[in-house]
Amino acid sequence: MSLKIIRAGLLDTIQDPGRYRHQHQGINPGGAMDCFSAALANALLGKELASPTIELHFPAAQVLFQQASIICLTGAYFTPMISDKEVPLHQPIIISNSTVLRFDKWGSGARCYLSILQNFTLDKWLNSYSTNLKGEAGGYKGRRLLKDDVLKFENAATLPITKDFETLPWQYRIEGTGSNEIEFIVGNEWSWLTTKSQAAFLNNEFSISPVSDRMGFRLIGEALEQGVNDSLVSSAVTFGTVQLLPNGQLIILMADHQTTGGYPRVAHITTTHLPKLAQMSTGDKVKFVMTDVYSAEKKLVAQQNYLRALQNTCNLKMQKRLNAN
Amino acid sequence: MNEEYTISPLGDSALLIYFRNKIDDAINKKVLSIFNRLQKLSLPEITDLIPAYSSLAICYDVAALHQKNATAFDTMKNLLEPILEAADGQSLFTTRQMKIPVCYAKVYAPDLEALAFDKNLLAEEVIGLHLAITYRVYMIGFLPGFAYMGKVDNRIATVRKTAPVNVAAGSVGIAGEQTGIYPFASPGGWNIIGRTPIKLFDKQNKEPVLLQPGDEITFYSISEDEFENYQGGPS
Repeated sequence: MSLKIIRAGLLDTIQDPGRYRHQHQGINPGGAMDCFSAALANALLGKELASPTIELHFPAAQVLFQQASIICLTGAYFTPMISDKEVPLHQPIIISNSTVLRFDKWGSGARCYLSILQNFTLDKWLNSYSTNLKGEAGGYKGRRLLKDDVLKFENAATLPITKDFETLPWQYRIEGTGSNEIEFIVGNEWSWLTTKSQAAFLNNEFSISPVSDRMGFRLIGEALEQGVNDSLVSSAVTFGTVQLLPNGQLIILMADHQTTGGYPRVAHITTTHLPKLAQMSTGDKVKFVMTDVYSAEKKLVAQQNYLRALQNTCNLKMQKRLNAN
Repeated sequence: MNEEYTISPLGDSALLIYFRNKIDDAINKKVLSIFNRLQKLSLPEITDLIPAYSSLAICYDVAALHQKNATAFDTMKNLLEPILEAADGQSLFTTRQMKIPVCYAKVYAPDLEALAFDKNLLAEEVIGLHLAITYRVYMIGFLPGFAYMGKVDNRIATVRKTAPVNVAAGSVGIAGEQTGIYPFASPGGWNIIGRTPIKLFDKQNKEPVLLQPGDEITFYSISEDEFENYQGGPS
């Protein structure tokens, strides 16, 4: 009852929605970069939304299923293949034992999520499965997945399957908006920007620099000016905080951000727009759009309700399917 | 309207209680007094508390607080009001006092001589001044378990390096009026004047982080030999 990594990917880690209640100790929440896709992969399998998934970057790992399972892939499109046939994203797939899942070619997005029906037998660290690379804790041995790692899962589902794989008849359809608009709420130090720079922030596009990772995305654009001659005493930051660096460029803090920072917080990306941002890569352009707290909260609550309803529906379908066997 | 602090959104899932852009003992005590009270109350809607020098961030569960005619932000703010009123700057807990061994030998103190030269002091005088003060942990940040402590004697307060270098785990450094210890090997810009053999982060522990905001810390000097054979924690 396990899967085995037969070729390591660039950066594949176990992630759940993150590790909370420890930020006062400097322990950052981590968690999936694209929390929506991670939760969606679980929802489509009818699993708890907060279950851990494997977050894959391209080139992604090759995974040998030593036991049959039902899997779901969401997020980035890396051309997933099972036995030389391409398999869909956003749709549960029964995969038979001794079968390999691999990812052939980068197509779009930056992070793909792999959820499997059974629960992994992993230990939580500080109440979360997320991998904390700095602390070498959580996830799988506190590190990225490497060749020959074996991830065990709990009880095996009884899945009589004669083919290498079979897709199940329900699917999530992405509303494909190619928009690069990212919503934000003004930050505590928004007023530190000159009026001209505030306008530039609102009207210009900023492109994602190659120096971007799970900790933060550096942006390249017109240098912004600080109108206030002051330096900030260290204070809290969050996933999505946009800081103004001393050279006038911006950085957006992502899942593995530090808990505190000393650069002016000019903006905060709204939670429901972080997944879109998390799927962007080097060279992609971001256009900031201002919103207010009420609208941002409303979208967040609606998204959570949607995912929960989807999970319930898929859970019923899954139970029916499993009982039919 | 309270003139002491402002409360503003820190994104859509957190708020920031912000005093002044200043490192100040009295303000930090107020921050920690609110932090203590909220920790003790342990409200289920609150997902994280991040105290800093002169601010406290409160992360919350939006879905649990959002109402049709009120934002989660406003609901949280109202919930906080009586708690903020009650927080008088006194800690609810006894202040923890800790003694941390530091070896100031050259091999562990790459920046000690340059700092001494810069400040027109002997290396021994820098060490003496660093040892003379009981420091307060204002906040934890930057890395898991990295304690920002202060204030150091003005005579050894010094600017951060312009570019970060690789710093070993346990390194004790000075930046501005602050002193701190690196729990991990990490790039860093603080001026390193010594190293402690004590583990500031241990993932095996139930509380993986040794220091907490509000702790009072004094350092004592140990030799290279003592450093190498040191076992156990602080005293």
